[in-house]
Amino acid sequence: MLTQIPLEHILLLSAVLFTIGVLAVITKRHAVVVLMGIELIFNAANLNLVAFSRHDPQLLQGQLFSLFVVLVAAAEAAVALAIVLKVYQHFKTANLNEIVSKEV
Amino acid sequence: MLFYIFAAVAIVSGAYMVLTRNLLYAGFSLLLTLLSIAAIYVLLFADFVAVTQLMVYVGGVLVLILFGIMLSSRVHDKSVMSENTNVGWGVTISMLTLIGLSYTIWQAGFSSLPWIHQADTSVLAGQKSTVQLIGIKLMTDFVLPFEIASLLLLIALMGAAYIATEKQKV
Repeated sequence: MLTQIPLEHILLLSAVLFTIGVLAVITKRHAVVVLMGIELIFNAANLNLVAFSRHDPQLLQGQLFSLFVVLVAAAEAAVALAIVLKVYQHFKTANLNEIVSKEV
Repeated sequence: MLFYIFAAVAIVSGAYMVLTRNLLYAGFSLLLTLLSIAAIYVLLFADFVAVTQLMVYVGGVLVLILFGIMLSSRVHDKSVMSENTNVGWGVTISMLTLIGLSYTIWQAGFSSLPWIHQADTSVLAGQKSTVQLIGIKLMTDFVLPFEIASLLLLIALMGAAYIATEKQKV
């Protein structure tokens, strides 16, 4: 039998991961790294859902919700990477600052 | 305690993802973070979510991201490195976010809420896996979101393929 992990520790881990994702989104200039930060934010939210689902009287609602979050995140990643590739073909760079300043 | 090891691995590799300049190193440390989050799901009695995380994120999204890195940067010059911008503001905002979130978690006192104790893990730990329950739930209570999700995936597939193809003059 596994010993019980305190709920606050899981929430704190998820808060730290969320913060790292926000930091990556704000500070990075390459578009793909910004996408990685967004994926990290999705994962932090998912961790919260699964952690609370452990205490759900009606079983597993949080886990089902997190499944749908994973699904939407996968769709988002596919479309976003297609857009990044198109932007790279057009501007010859994936650097977000240069994309703004060039303005063809 | 297994949970703290995986949590430490997740945090350290996530921090390395932000700190490193090299895009490929960032991608592979994101892989490590996602793997340890999947292990934490297993510890939280969510085996099906853990397997989904492995298949969708590690098998799908991360491969997509690596393809994106390789297709959107010339390896020989410096564009495989990612410059930083807005470092001061970024650190300030994310530190404020972290302090606010942890203060809220600390103050909320989730452990003393009554419904946390109502259904403890003994219910979930009694059965071997959650796969059967999730299957039944998906086909009864969650049919509508399930079907909408399939439609969304189809739209995303078609949209991504349409956007990424070379432009053909019609």
